Amino acid sequence: MSDHSSPEHIKKSVRAYMFVFGALLVGTLLTVWAATLPFNNTHPRVGIAVALIIASVKSSLVAGYFMHLISEKKAIYATLATTAFFFAALMALTLWSMHDFPHFTLIRY
Amino acid sequence: MDIPYTIEPRRDTGLYNAKVGIWLFLASEVMLFGALFSSYVLLRVGNEVWPHGLLNIPIGTFNTFVLITSSVTVVMCWVNLKLHNFGRAKFYLAITILCAFAFLGVKTKEYNDKFIHYSVRTTDGKEQTGHIEGDPRFLTLKKVLAKKAETISFAADPVHDARGRVTAEAKAEEKAHHGAHEFKPIKVSDITYLSSYVPSHSPYFAVYFLITGLHGLHVLGGALVMAYILFFSNKMWSKQPDRVTNRVEVAGLFWHFVDLVWIFLFPVLYLL
Repeated sequence: MSDHSSPEHIKKSVRAYMFVFGALLVGTLLTVWAATLPFNNTHPRVGIAVALIIASVKSSLVAGYFMHLISEKKAIYATLATTAFFFAALMALTLWSMHDFPHFTLIRY
Repeated sequence: MDIPYTIEPRRDTGLYNAKVGIWLFLASEVMLFGALFSSYVLLRVGNEVWPHGLLNIPIGTFNTFVLITSSVTVVMCWVNLKLHNFGRAKFYLAITILCAFAFLGVKTKEYNDKFIHYSVRTTDGKEQTGHIEGDPRFLTLKKVLAKKAETISFAADPVHDARGRVTAEAKAEEKAHHGAHEFKPIKVSDITYLSSYVPSHSPYFAVYFLITGLHGLHVLGGALVMAYILFFSNKMWSKQPDRVTNRVEVAGLFWHFVDLVWIFLFPVLYLL
């Protein structure tokens, strides 16, 4: 996945993969445990932030080590930078407008 | 005619073509799932009531472990191809595919559990959730009326609090009945609404089935591609081993993306 593909380098990478595997399992358990803590009821936004931060750390590990993004070529970084920009714009527009409902369109039971 | 740059990198990108291609494809997939997450946020904020506790967290956690494991095994497959251990690489690829089908099997069970779980509203204004005797799927009031049934046998769920947890009183009552669900008849003439947990039930289930269904299709597609590589690479391995390695790398990138999406899906749908 990168040009550092000599057998010796690859064998060293296996250790990193196993470390990331362990970290991902721990991160998953941490996410489930954090969802049971009281602040999820009293401060739901904190609960959402904690869950998304843990998910972001886990996804960074997958992207960085399993997908080898920590040692990729510029062409890939350029593609992903563009993607990240548009994804951030999509989420920013969502957060900006998420309370902007016209009258009588909120669903109430 | 040989397909160019399947192994040797292009001078301008420094990469073989399939790798550039898969990253461009993944970029489009980020926007696809991003749009669905955006829809989820808007639907959730736009609904005064958003259910909790309707998805099984231990099962979701197990599925997360399965996908994480499959990500490791596909990387180990690539490692072994780089080290020219073809047999071991195929072993890891087979484990990855098994994990994929395990994930899909669990998801199928989860979906089925939803299809046999019902919401019933009656003329006295009461709403109950639970199971109908015989566990029929996709039953509606229209279908019940067409069958000219007078009653349905309904076992109501224990009462949940606002966070979806079973209340202490309901736990005590369930213990008194030794965990058995008691079916009680409900007159069809008293029913104003009857629906199983299907996409049309509520925005919650519409979003749940759409996002997890699309994700499940991605899991299936990835598994099928990896199965093709597993079963039909022997000839190519003997002539162009680096090309097989690159195929696994590209399939692995797609697979890690599928895992990435689930890493966000699981807490968003199951925990929050």
